[in-house]
Amino acid sequence: MGSFDLNNVSQQYFDVLKEIGNIGAGNATTALAQMLGQKVDMKVPQVKLLNFQEVGAIMGGEEQIMAGIYLLVEGDITGSIMFLLQEEAAHIFVNQLMGVGSGGKTEGGFDEMELSALKEIGNIITGAYLNSLSMLTNMTIYPSIPDLSIDMAGAILSVPAIEFGEVGDKMLLIQTQFTDEKEIDGFFILVPDLESYDKIMASLGIQI
Amino acid sequence: MGEIIKVGMADLKICRAPDGLTTLGLGSCVGIAIRDPLKGIGGLAHIMLPDSTAIRDNSNIPKFADTGIDELIRQLVAAGATRTRLESKIAGGAQMFAFSGKPGTAQVGARNVEAVKKKLGELHIPILAEDTGKNFGRTVIYYPANGSFLIRAVGRDEYVI
Repeated sequence: MGSFDLNNVSQQYFDVLKEIGNIGAGNATTALAQMLGQKVDMKVPQVKLLNFQEVGAIMGGEEQIMAGIYLLVEGDITGSIMFLLQEEAAHIFVNQLMGVGSGGKTEGGFDEMELSALKEIGNIITGAYLNSLSMLTNMTIYPSIPDLSIDMAGAILSVPAIEFGEVGDKMLLIQTQFTDEKEIDGFFILVPDLESYDKIMASLGIQI
Repeated sequence: MGEIIKVGMADLKICRAPDGLTTLGLGSCVGIAIRDPLKGIGGLAHIMLPDSTAIRDNSNIPKFADTGIDELIRQLVAAGATRTRLESKIAGGAQMFAFSGKPGTAQVGARNVEAVKKKLGELHIPILAEDTGKNFGRTVIYYPANGSFLIRAVGRDEYVI
């Protein structure tokens, strides 16, 4: 069992997690721009340590329909990562990837083709994020095949929340604002296993 | 019409008719609604994990099926409900993603439902209805006045159990 305790995070610890979030989200934005073949800007990500009750509100309420891409992480670091977008934002990205631009739909369900495009977007974004974590820590990280759920924010978030819930009462969230023609919020949730927190910090030379 | 009181994740609340209780976007968590039908006193708990004894830091009582249900009943009885008359309905415990998840939390939805049923069984509280498992999120609204448990999910009509 690691010595990490999310309920009592020191400022230094928090800053490190924030920096990992910054670099990861930055790389993810670059990957997204390359995939979509257009410029995508990103605001400085915000890193938040939230109580479970607060998480839904940040995403527009627990009933806000979101696309959540979730995958497991194995290797030197084990855990899981999730990337979430609001339904409308997911449609915008899918439309761009499929070359229909603003002519595509912006609400309602996704067809088979759109779902697979969305999975690919999630794959690229989380892959870029994990790559930067791997380079930063010099550790090997293998992501699993991603899985996708389109449902209420609260329901999707219950999955990482439960993983956090096994070790504490807070959840670490990285909110990234992509700016395209309009501002699009994306959310990363990285859930390292307890021992992995210690490994990440040790690899960066941080004393716990 | 009464007020609708919101119950968050890892949270529990009680109320009296005509007020109701709601919890939004249950995924793998389970919502447990319990009432005394005669007194119109009811409660709703939103638990996240099956077993407080399996977790090192288990001070957050409403987070777990076992301690959450105990606390919900304690509050109901303290408010005047009769312990032997309590009845329940449960919802949630979905598996939101097709693969089973991290080894530690694999099938946590199903394990939550199982733990809730076991606990209610030990306490001899009947489960009158349930809408559990499957792969979608649920918002629930509970009315202790008549015990109706309304369930809302994306792309489905509302239904009452």
